[in-house]
Amino acid sequence: MKTIFKSLLSITIVSLVLSSCGNGGTSKKGALSSSAAEKVYVAPGEHDEFYAFVSGGFSGQLAVYGLPSGRLFKVIPVFSVDAEKAYGFNEETKPMLNTSHGFIPWDDSHHPDISQTNGVLDGRWVFINGNNTPRIAKIDLTTFETTEIIEIPNSAGNHSSSFVTENTEYVVAGTRFSIPYPQKDMPIEEYKGNFKGALTFISVDPEDGGMDIKFQIMMPGFNYDLSHPGRGASHGWFFFTTYNTEEANSLLEVNASQNDKDFIAAINWKKIEEYVNNGGGTKAPARYAHNVYDEETHTATSTMRKEVLIVNPSEVPGAVYFMPTPKSPHGCDVDPSGEYIVGNGKLAAELTIHSFSKMIKAIEEKKFDGEAYGIPILQYEATLAGVVKQPGLGPLHTEFDGKGNAYTTFFISSEVVKWKLGTWEVIDRKPTYYSVGHLMIPGGNSRKPFGKYVLAMNKITKDRYLPTGPEVTQSAQLYDITGDKMELLLDFPTIGEPHYAAGIPADIVAKNSKKIFKLEESKHKYVIRSESEAKVVREGNEVHIYMTMIRSHFAPDNIEGIQVGDKVYFHVTNLEQDYDVPHGISMIGAQTSELLIMPGQTETFVWYPKQVGVWPFYCTDFCSALHQEMQGYIRVSPKGSKVPIKFTLDGDAVDAE
Amino acid sequence: MKKSKLLMIVGSLLLLGLFVFPLWNITLEAPQYPIPLGMDIHINKFEDTHEFDIKNINLMNHYVGMQYIPETIPEFKIFPWAVGIMVVLGVIIGLKGNYKLFLAWFIVMSLLGIAGMYDFYLWEHDYGHNLNPKAIMKFTNPDGSIMGFQPPLFGSKDILNFKAHSYPRIGAYLMFVGMALTFVAFVVGKKESKD
Repeated sequence: MKTIFKSLLSITIVSLVLSSCGNGGTSKKGALSSSAAEKVYVAPGEHDEFYAFVSGGFSGQLAVYGLPSGRLFKVIPVFSVDAEKAYGFNEETKPMLNTSHGFIPWDDSHHPDISQTNGVLDGRWVFINGNNTPRIAKIDLTTFETTEIIEIPNSAGNHSSSFVTENTEYVVAGTRFSIPYPQKDMPIEEYKGNFKGALTFISVDPEDGGMDIKFQIMMPGFNYDLSHPGRGASHGWFFFTTYNTEEANSLLEVNASQNDKDFIAAINWKKIEEYVNNGGGTKAPARYAHNVYDEETHTATSTMRKEVLIVNPSEVPGAVYFMPTPKSPHGCDVDPSGEYIVGNGKLAAELTIHSFSKMIKAIEEKKFDGEAYGIPILQYEATLAGVVKQPGLGPLHTEFDGKGNAYTTFFISSEVVKWKLGTWEVIDRKPTYYSVGHLMIPGGNSRKPFGKYVLAMNKITKDRYLPTGPEVTQSAQLYDITGDKMELLLDFPTIGEPHYAAGIPADIVAKNSKKIFKLEESKHKYVIRSESEAKVVREGNEVHIYMTMIRSHFAPDNIEGIQVGDKVYFHVTNLEQDYDVPHGISMIGAQTSELLIMPGQTETFVWYPKQVGVWPFYCTDFCSALHQEMQGYIRVSPKGSKVPIKFTLDGDAVDAE
Repeated sequence: MKKSKLLMIVGSLLLLGLFVFPLWNITLEAPQYPIPLGMDIHINKFEDTHEFDIKNINLMNHYVGMQYIPETIPEFKIFPWAVGIMVVLGVIIGLKGNYKLFLAWFIVMSLLGIAGMYDFYLWEHDYGHNLNPKAIMKFTNPDGSIMGFQPPLFGSKDILNFKAHSYPRIGAYLMFVGMALTFVAFVVGKKESKD
């Protein structure tokens, strides 16, 4: 009777809160009385307190915003070509998008995670997963450029990725789809028992961040949805949510929603690492691309790897356990102490929290409830720390403020709910607009959260912004979480679908940000360091133009002797050594993007001249007062013409070699 | 050792600071340069305040037809010798202890300093006025004469969008203090000789 009364009361409160927020003027008044505007106002010339790296979802990129202002600074191209920065268009970065399926110009970027040292954000790299053609990328935070991409073999729908362990020992990639292992032509309906789910542990070199697949754990054919590492006492473990433990292969919305409980897989990766270091596991043939952008040559190379180390969990007793968790859990979040593992059961009425210490005790006391494919299933009650009762509808993700509170998003009821770790009581709830997915507190999934703001990322905006036709923006919303109650401060549109974000205090990153590339240190194959080295070289029907750019001219800027049918390489070096003086270049009729070249950098594009005539090229970035004068001409003669190669600057001719 | 001799020796030795620290600095501020461009002038070289500053000053200046700041100038061969010889002479004179020579040293050093400043002024004048006739941008003064871009010899001055600052640096201050000490050495030495 009492519970019924309580729940009635809470429903009344919820509807009061919702209705009061729904009536237009109230939110404005609320903002004024608590000066929300002041809290997000970053005066002209001032800097934001945090960087937020917000994933672009189906844009395949990673956007860099400032918090609390919500200002967009940069869109870092990661998995999709980007004509603005020539990523995937110039010869230097094309290899970055190579895979075992060939050149893939797009992916679906999901979960950025910042590298850590001792469980604290260190701001060296951001890792992010490509979901569709499984890949993990690394972005260097000195240049804010993608410098490495590794493809994940035996994986499909690379979703429970790319989360890092406490000292960035590993970045982890789990498969959403289970698939035949090894891949083979077989009936789909024979899924059950035959498909496998690979969990991939990629080691990260502590010096240069170089990635290498250390091992893949070949798990039962469930869907591995999300994951997070243990920390503190639970360091050495990794936790993955699973759904479709029914192992359905069709109409999953129904058939994968039948079991009362799915699992959180607890993986003792330290144990498996030890097993592998002692020669355990099986080397299996594989084919996956490893693409590395070299900072010295400013050029990427792609290598096809041929082998991967497979670990069968049943070969390493005591390394893998299943914790039953209600109803298709989505987010798998570990609190700053490492004790609590939150399973956000997206179809469940309650939020389930497991205890790491209870899990260890249950393992010691062998409190098992059967097994699945040889992996022990722990008794639900034995690992349970508590549940948050009637928290909302459709829990997806949880982050932590480091002050004993957790914040969970509810997709169906469109809200962020604050609750207390240990007592499991709901403290506050605030609506989102609308259908929130992930949320992010800077450092909110590390030992040391910076619990000042929470950023909620919405899937739907409907009427929240000026309409832009049928396709409207997606958005993020910033809440102040310094008080007992959360306060909505700001709405801002995002690039693509913001699946997740990683935030970090700006001062950790900003001080390491590079200003220029030193020309003298460049090892680019086609670099030239002065105008006197500029030249045009014909090799059969290939022509290589070694060109320089500096305010406000190209050298050379008059080129003759090019013929229809040639393949013309523009190798263009920006001779500037001054901060924020990039130059661009594009050639009429070039079937590629412009180049946008940073000081001290060399980039290359290819042009196929198709028509006789004199054709211009020009600088595409307003570089200086004489930017409009920064241009040149190329004379294109018929194939087989006797016009010799000639290249000049201001009439100063130098004959070809 | 007599106080005057010590002052004379220490005073001349302070000139050695010129071999380590810059003598002078020219700094250019502009809205587009929140971190200003700067050049330190040593007795034997020009040096960037921040890496590539001189390259970037040259790039700015080419718009108005100013010459590039040279890699080196003949003075960079002469100055180190002049300073070195004055230090050695100063120490020898100090050891000998003739206070009249202290004054002579001070006068010679002052003359050398004035000559150096005059030389600097001539270079600056040429640098600011001897402009490329094909200059991209040509500016005239209100009276119709061609605008020069000479940085100040000492102090601060607005030149188009830049504010130019020209001030001594630690090497020069050490030299000034050293020279002052040699003058004090003369005064003290004179007093000592009367006692």
